[in-house]
Amino acid sequence: MGLVQTEKLGNCGSLQREAVGIKRVVKCYGSFEALKGVSLSIADNEFFTLLGPSGCGKTTLLRSIAGFEDVTEGEIALYGLDIAALPPEQRPVNTVFQQYALFPHMSVRENVAFGLRMKGVAQAERQARAAEMLEMVHLSEFGDRLPSQLSGGQQQRVALARALAPRPRVLLLDEPLSALDLKLRQAMRVELKQLQETTGITFVFVTHDQEEALAMSDRIAVMSAGEVQQVGDPRTIYEAPVNRFVAEFIGETNVLPVTVSDVSAGRARVALAGCRDLIAQAPEDLSPGAHHVSIRPERLSLADGGEADLTARVERVVYLGTDLQLLACLPNGASLTVRLQNTARTSLPLQGQELGFQIEEGAVRLLVD
Amino acid sequence: MAAEATSRSARSGTGWQGLVLPLLLPSWLVIGIFMLVPVALMAVYSFLTKDFRGGIVWQFSLDAYDQFFVERGLFGDEPPLPNWTYITIFWRSIWQAGLATLLCLIIGFPTAWFIATRNPRHRALWVFLITVPYWVNLLIRTVSMRFLLRDHGPFNEMLMAIGLIDSPLRIINTDLAVQIGLFYSYLPFMVLPIYAAVERYNFALSEAARDLYAGPWTVLREIVLPTVKPGIVAGCILVFVPSLGAFLAPDLLGGARTYMIGSLIDEQFRGSAGNWPFGSAVAMILLTMVLAVLLWQVRVATREKR
Repeated sequence: MGLVQTEKLGNCGSLQREAVGIKRVVKCYGSFEALKGVSLSIADNEFFTLLGPSGCGKTTLLRSIAGFEDVTEGEIALYGLDIAALPPEQRPVNTVFQQYALFPHMSVRENVAFGLRMKGVAQAERQARAAEMLEMVHLSEFGDRLPSQLSGGQQQRVALARALAPRPRVLLLDEPLSALDLKLRQAMRVELKQLQETTGITFVFVTHDQEEALAMSDRIAVMSAGEVQQVGDPRTIYEAPVNRFVAEFIGETNVLPVTVSDVSAGRARVALAGCRDLIAQAPEDLSPGAHHVSIRPERLSLADGGEADLTARVERVVYLGTDLQLLACLPNGASLTVRLQNTARTSLPLQGQELGFQIEEGAVRLLVD
Repeated sequence: MAAEATSRSARSGTGWQGLVLPLLLPSWLVIGIFMLVPVALMAVYSFLTKDFRGGIVWQFSLDAYDQFFVERGLFGDEPPLPNWTYITIFWRSIWQAGLATLLCLIIGFPTAWFIATRNPRHRALWVFLITVPYWVNLLIRTVSMRFLLRDHGPFNEMLMAIGLIDSPLRIINTDLAVQIGLFYSYLPFMVLPIYAAVERYNFALSEAARDLYAGPWTVLREIVLPTVKPGIVAGCILVFVPSLGAFLAPDLLGGARTYMIGSLIDEQFRGSAGNWPFGSAVAMILLTMVLAVLLWQVRVATREKR
């Protein structure tokens, strides 16, 4: 799957047009800088996610594309056309809002047809298109209801249908799944991704949920404190985070302090107190000295009599069903999380037990702070 | 433990049930004695015969309504004609109240919008400022208005001082003065309900509409107004109904030619030439009109809910 994505991305770069071009965008609220010179290039037909903790500026960026915020500096281009000065109603993009923002006094059908009516589409075509959209989101029988008579998941679908009905060049989604319960959220992930593939519309999706981002996106931009930290496909973001923030924000990881000795050809020898030296993936320009490495919990396994890369004392065993999570303590006092698959052969490790662990090849990554 | 809590709440539930009637009794008494009885009395009086010294004679008569609607001539032998005198007064009251409602809406809506879109911490202060005039009696405020608007009052003096006019504008004792008085008296009744509605308005709806290619005016017409309509309707009723029966503004600011229903009724009870049955009949006709407006509004509202 990762391979497929990489191939698709290769195509994006060479053949496909840029859907949204964001150049050095700055947004200030008084003295507070919400966006500090953000530049991004989102390709046509891409499912692009802006991911970050709350307050990182991802929603501000999305609202700037939609036209609800005037940027202080910088350019926003849509298929090569500068749209930064246009009001929202003149931008060929539509938004799915976090709390859906369905018009409470209009029926579901009227909600879906609203954008078409505003564009001056004739009544007959409007009705046909609204019906088509409702069918696409499996709500054909609900056209005459009011939004308040629908469940949260159904309202979500109406919001999607409403935003897709005018055939926008780009669809903006502002945490659209955050108000749904877990089961529904997981089902909607698959549906959203399918919808993006069938409609061929560029999706720009904002979320703080890294799992959601990994599951759906072609590419992810990880944001923090008004800046883009890293842009890449889910696998790159997860497996090759460029800095400590990205490593810690995406998924679970162990960040351990190490001493780097020699660095060459993207590899470095690192010393972790109480363990034997490890070989880590490292950026070219890294200087020797004190640094941090990231090791994903699932990249560790029990040595089981083989040669151990590191040993740790088990402090707690958390039984998660498919997985076992071990919270362990390294000889230098740092804590280590390990995720083991719960197979039939596994006997549960005991609390207080000293265990040896092996680290998968290439799983140790040096982090830039 | 849970069962105990349930049984306790059930017990207290039945306890409250028993208290509902005694607790409601005072409000029923107040509504009954101070509202229903006077209205019933008024209805009865309107069908009685007037006494020459004011007051009534207990004898059934349709004279009051006859006087209102029919012109009989001095000697009683001319053919009966429709009497336009009182209908004209009603008509003037209706358009004055309607105009006051419209003006209050035009000024009150942006005011309410302004307050509702302020920082939440400052909204209470703005609402408080709107209610400040109510700390002074309406009579006193209306008298001050008379002072402000008179020929050589501050308003005219100011206009002359800045050279906008050469001679004082004739405002006092005109329909305009009455209109200003009504507008001023009832403006807060328009602002407050609309404010309450706009404050609950979800501004994401405006953004959603803009996003779907609606311009600012379309958003106002298609999204904002329908959503805050209950507040607008409440405000309009609260201004229109008391304006219709107002007598302080027309009495103090208007003249003989700006007579409104309120003054007409007032005169039937306070003057020595009073006519209680006629005053009651006018009041009943006014009440019927107001009820008709309210019932129509309720019907429209329920039809929309469906």
